[in-house]
Amino acid sequence: MTKELLGILLTAILTENFVLAKFLGICPFLGVSKKLNTAVGMSAAVIFVMALATAVTYPINLLLVKKDLAYLQTIVFILVIAALVQLVEIILKKYIPALYSALGIYLPLITTNCAVLGVVLLNVQKDYHFAQSMFNSVGAGVGFMLAMIMFAGVRERMESCDVPKFMRGLPITLVAASLVSVSFLGFTGIVDGIFG
Amino acid sequence: MAEKKSLFKEFSKGIVIENPVLRLVLGTCPTLATTTSVESAVGMGLAASIVLICSNVVISALRKVIPSKVRIPAYIVVIASFVTIVQMLVKAFTPDLDKQLGVYLPLIVVNCIILGRAEAFAGKNPVLASAVDGLGMGVGFTAALFLMSTVREVLGAGSFYGAEIPGLSAHPMLVFILPPGGFFVFGILMATVNRIAESRGKPRAELRGCEACPMATVCKLHNDGRTEPLTAPASEPLHKAKADTAAKRRAEANTETLTEPVTEAVTEPVNKEVRPS
Repeated sequence: MTKELLGILLTAILTENFVLAKFLGICPFLGVSKKLNTAVGMSAAVIFVMALATAVTYPINLLLVKKDLAYLQTIVFILVIAALVQLVEIILKKYIPALYSALGIYLPLITTNCAVLGVVLLNVQKDYHFAQSMFNSVGAGVGFMLAMIMFAGVRERMESCDVPKFMRGLPITLVAASLVSVSFLGFTGIVDGIFG
Repeated sequence: MAEKKSLFKEFSKGIVIENPVLRLVLGTCPTLATTTSVESAVGMGLAASIVLICSNVVISALRKVIPSKVRIPAYIVVIASFVTIVQMLVKAFTPDLDKQLGVYLPLIVVNCIILGRAEAFAGKNPVLASAVDGLGMGVGFTAALFLMSTVREVLGAGSFYGAEIPGLSAHPMLVFILPPGGFFVFGILMATVNRIAESRGKPRAELRGCEACPMATVCKLHNDGRTEPLTAPASEPLHKAKADTAAKRRAEANTETLTEPVTEAVTEPVNKEVRPS
């Protein structure tokens, strides 16, 4: 049981990394990874929202399935996540201002991030039960953070490089992302190797 | 006559000059994820186009009814409804495609192109123009996906639309259909498009943060080098709560993006100077 959960966690972080293998959350990955501290703040907020969204949508999904309304998943999930983020923002602002000042500015911005909706939908598709869903979500968030931090480091180095004229800006960023993604290919099979 | 001409302009701008993927850099997630084969890329392009046209029409028809304060949630509900319909159709008639697209099919809901067109065009323009705009953007999106998936499938699998190409299929360069190949091909494609654009005196494409995407504020501030609102909370000790300033800044930033003429920003960005990279 524990082994299985750890397997899910490691798979989500390394072999099926949300950004580098599943291409979810590419906008923030390319948009906010120029500086390390913004990358960390953004990813912390993503982990937080992913875990929370999973915890809330899991019982809702059970209800939908029970009432034979499973086809409404997409609509219900996106609205629930949007409302949830607003609510959390208000609560944090009032009761935990320290956390709010760290994550607050990023919270409304990830409402329609495809990674958050993506992890919720994947949990449903894979028929994960509650603990598995939570481990998968946290793993996906941590994997997002890992990719963001690594890529922020790469981009800070790239600032001082002499890049060919037409590769400057977005193209070279994408090629760099490709190389980071190659390095994650090296993890293929590692989870099966440890837990299989 | 003049009206016809402008309708054609609305249609054609989405295909080349304002191609959503290659010029406006919107919808990068599906572009990278579903281009491993031509079949899934075209399927994705068509599904997104149908949603785009239908949601543009409905949002445009409802534009005077939807209060501007809740327009984004209202748009999302409209878009999500059409995505659900398309999802059911794909599941019923092309189950193979449904398997290939997997989670990316419902994720059309959060595709920046669709919300972006709703916010920038359909919310302000009459029904017919919005439909044509959606059609043009959809064709442009599908064309870009087709181009990219052709490169990836031919090089990575040695086939085209599932048909094997003699000589190539024996030793395909597998990396092109793996995730790194997606980033790589997209990067090279962007560089090529930038080269062509520059030779014609057009500004190069840059990630400008999808204007209607809620991420836009962060990306915009970040890319402009105005990092104060973003780095301030991180550089301060966490226990020194600066909730009020942060909230105020965010409110300012939000109103800035919301009240700014978004149409202008999205529909004619290529005619304007682009911020230096």
